[in-house]
Amino acid sequence: MPIDRQTVVHVADLARIALTDAEIERFTGQISVVLDAVDRLAEVDTSAVPPAASALPIHNVERDDEPRPGLTNEQALANAPKGGRDGEFFRVQEVLEAR
Amino acid sequence: MSELPASIADAAALLRRRATTSAELTEIALTAAHRDPYNAWLHVADAHARAQARQADERLAKSDASPLLGIPWACKDIIGTKGIPTTAASKILEGYKPPYSATVVERLDAAGAVMLGKTNLDEFAMGSSNENSAFGPVQNPWDTTRVPGGSSGGSAVAVAAGQAMFGLGTDTGGSIRQPGALSGVAAMKPTYGRVSRFGVVAFASSLDQVGPFGQTVDDCAIVCQALFGKDPNDATTMPLAVDDLRRDIGKGVKGLRIGVPKEFFIDGMEKDVERAVRDALRWYEKEGAELVDVSLSLTDHGLAVYYIIQPAEASSNLARYDGVRFGLRVEGKDLLDTYRRTRGQGFGAEVKRRMIIGTYALSAGYYDAYYVKAQKVRTLIKAEFDAAFAKCDAIVTPTSPTVAFKIGQKVDDPLAMYLNDVFTLPGNIAGLPGISIPCGFSQGLPIGLQIMANSFQEATMFRVAAAFERATAFHEARPEAA
Repeated sequence: MPIDRQTVVHVADLARIALTDAEIERFTGQISVVLDAVDRLAEVDTSAVPPAASALPIHNVERDDEPRPGLTNEQALANAPKGGRDGEFFRVQEVLEAR
Repeated sequence: MSELPASIADAAALLRRRATTSAELTEIALTAAHRDPYNAWLHVADAHARAQARQADERLAKSDASPLLGIPWACKDIIGTKGIPTTAASKILEGYKPPYSATVVERLDAAGAVMLGKTNLDEFAMGSSNENSAFGPVQNPWDTTRVPGGSSGGSAVAVAAGQAMFGLGTDTGGSIRQPGALSGVAAMKPTYGRVSRFGVVAFASSLDQVGPFGQTVDDCAIVCQALFGKDPNDATTMPLAVDDLRRDIGKGVKGLRIGVPKEFFIDGMEKDVERAVRDALRWYEKEGAELVDVSLSLTDHGLAVYYIIQPAEASSNLARYDGVRFGLRVEGKDLLDTYRRTRGQGFGAEVKRRMIIGTYALSAGYYDAYYVKAQKVRTLIKAEFDAAFAKCDAIVTPTSPTVAFKIGQKVDDPLAMYLNDVFTLPGNIAGLPGISIPCGFSQGLPIGLQIMANSFQEATMFRVAAAFERATAFHEARPEAA
């Protein structure tokens, strides 16, 4: 199924990716070709076939819920982006408006 | 000594005879890595490597028997290394230094191997040519106008060009085996569930597997022996005792049944590739293996399954790159805008394309038609392999339909690029082990032979691969230094 420009813009927005106009143009054509190719799956009869999430025969692996050493605050914060750290915190733009 | 030994076993013997030291091998490798003309390396970790070499020499002095002790290796830069930059060849992770090492790195550390540094790749392992790296393409040492394959092109080239004794890569749809084929080295993807992915940058989690590049099949087996096994930090690792992977490596193929799927000999395959693979099949038959026709009728649909499942899982995994806790942040007018700009500028074109395809395939109204449908066909593909392996011990095919292609030739045609992996990605969909070994040349460019085995039957796969390698000299050919 071909994909149109508007859908590419919408899906890129869902994926939180800003695209340039040139990228939108280029990707619309390229992604349509890929989706066209994957549409061939409709040919395969899967009416009585269960889906496989992976090739592995194990499911629901559990372990005891015991505390284990983790990263220190400093280790966790060490890779904060430029301007993205405020003392012991990651700094982000405000999401809730002040009352 | 001016060059690295021809195999890990050779190096281990020289180290035990005191004919060389890990420090000497490491200096040879570091010098070669610094002189590398192919853009194979993103970071050479001299001080780290020299420190590990010193420790290895101390262990060697105490007659430590670890087969990887003192052996210098190259690490694909998608595998986390504590305190050493790990970028996944993406601008979004530039400068990132992991606070812990991947389990595979810890296992090689414990075995006494010497990590030289980090190798180039397609950004987030998305590609088959290494042209999608944010830090420039890797060149093929056999012809520098051509790609080395991808995504693990840097590790493949480091081994092919004598800059490391072995390399690690990751393989989601062929990203170890295909660059192994195009660069002329042994390159192996283990069974899904054999090797921990803890600490490896996640791409498509139901497909990703870590594996080795080596100069020989035996090299790959030795590295796998150190990597395999349950890791409590990766719930997908199988709780299996690891068998001796080299136990059958010298046995030859007499009496084995080798499956030949006709669907792997397609139009569009290069004639020299087909000829070399057919020659290899004839050799196996002459050595007493029985060639068995098997049918993998859904091979062609594998590409479609893969190009739904893989971008869908990737779009979920890569949601974590939001510019908040690590990596690049490009600030916008509000937090949402910051996410969009960070990801828009931080990701390269191929990553963005796959994020859009994956998000689309998972979005409301399309989820069943794309993602669930692909998972159902995945069940059928696995069932076809199960039926095939009821009739044979191994399946032998070409690794890739072509030899190395020109840099730039396929960059604007994603579908043509994706076709490079048509013979390798079925193994990821079904979770099977596979190895590519050199089986010939076409106009001076290496051709890869793929040997697949049933799940957890790596020992048989190594046996079939090693038999051919012993009888041929393709793996001994080396590119001339650029």
